[in-house]
Amino acid sequence: MVARIFAILAIAGFALIALPLVTELPPMEELTSLARTYVERTPDELGAANVVTAVIVTYRGLDTLGEVSVLFIATAGVGFLLRRQGPAVRSGGDGVPAEPENGPGQAPSEILATGARFLMPVVLLFGVYIFTHGHLTPGGGFQGGVIVASAMLLYFLSTPGGRVGHTALTLVESLSGASYVFLGVLGLVLAAGFLDNRLMPLGEFGRLFSAGAIPVIYSLVGLKVGAELSGILDHLRSREGDHA
Amino acid sequence: MTTALIVVLGVVMLVAAVFAVLHQQLVSAVIAAGVVSLSASVVYVLLAAPDVAMTEAAIGSALTTVVFLYALSRIRGAKGGSDGS
Amino acid sequence: MTLVTVIGLLLVGVGLWAMLTQRNLFKIIIGFSIIDTGIHLVIVSVGYIRGRTAPILDEAVGRAEAGQSVVDPLPSALVLTAIVIGLAVTALMLTYVVQLHRRRGSLLIDDYKELKW
Repeated sequence: MVARIFAILAIAGFALIALPLVTELPPMEELTSLARTYVERTPDELGAANVVTAVIVTYRGLDTLGEVSVLFIATAGVGFLLRRQGPAVRSGGDGVPAEPENGPGQAPSEILATGARFLMPVVLLFGVYIFTHGHLTPGGGFQGGVIVASAMLLYFLSTPGGRVGHTALTLVESLSGASYVFLGVLGLVLAAGFLDNRLMPLGEFGRLFSAGAIPVIYSLVGLKVGAELSGILDHLRSREGDHA
Repeated sequence: MTTALIVVLGVVMLVAAVFAVLHQQLVSAVIAAGVVSLSASVVYVLLAAPDVAMTEAAIGSALTTVVFLYALSRIRGAKGGSDGS
Repeated sequence: MTLVTVIGLLLVGVGLWAMLTQRNLFKIIIGFSIIDTGIHLVIVSVGYIRGRTAPILDEAVGRAEAGQSVVDPLPSALVLTAIVIGLAVTALMLTYVVQLHRRRGSLLIDDYKELKW
């Protein structure tokens, strides 16, 4: 009961802090000068149509590198904690698990298996489309990577005993991460700064091969995110004999 | 029109969030949390942020839900596992 | 839009309530993910400008008057990466729960008192 009172107090305190956000912050009428600069300079300076992509990949590129590192560390944590290990030690009282009625060994239904076999390549292709066109249309490396991971999810669902080459996942993940940093340093050498996209020609505005290195960098981010999230899913799904 | 839609989605989100917190069945709670994310992705479209909407739709409603369900299937039969708190 | 800000803050409140009062570790993580969604809604809603379109420049949004016709791209960029990281952090927390359950066979936070004082 005391805990409940403290919870109410904490939420009341939060409401007190957040109230000015609602009452005193007027709705935006004009872009701030920073946002205006980004929007107006992106087409000529970077050649990208999607300003959000330009901000993520180039203007705040270092920030994105940090975010990708956080993602990598979280994935590594999941992999480290769920690595295959000896029999689990249990000392909890009634912690004996009930026999799962829907064990991981059960084969998926015909509809799921056939549908997943048909859809997985299409979804994979769609993911690649999303991250290669990140500078032109809504989308980019993060969204494309997530869609690639959901294609892998379809595979995991349709083949419960199926294995993924962990070497391949790790290879894709680390190679794309290393190339990301390498391209960043190359920007430092060939263009104005770290992760500057102008180390490649800007091309014609609105075409696929334009905006310098943005499509390349975002594709690398997409591969990296896709490999990492697939790794998380693969680690978390229960395998045969592993569900204790 | 947009305002009405946002009001409806907001009510859906809040009801689903309260349901997710209070419901005893963990699977239902996870699905309700997915509903919150899915409605949020529609709100992002209405707020002219399609990039965010795509991410939220794919992650919030698909992958997060699946990650929760995978973890649930690993701990089935636990104390407090299926019959809530 | 102030309306969305209010909805987001209410979601944060619900999630905070879940994290503080629920005793099942799973419910606490669900509360965390609801807080996550609420915060993202608040951030995106702050950058919205009524009647404007997405910050993607093409034939429909002329490059010359872009500054007057698009919404703020910065909150979108911020939230985009935060959502992906939110998933990874949620997965990490769930992994901890799975391992705690494997060791001790319980999901209730009352059974883990090592850090309590």
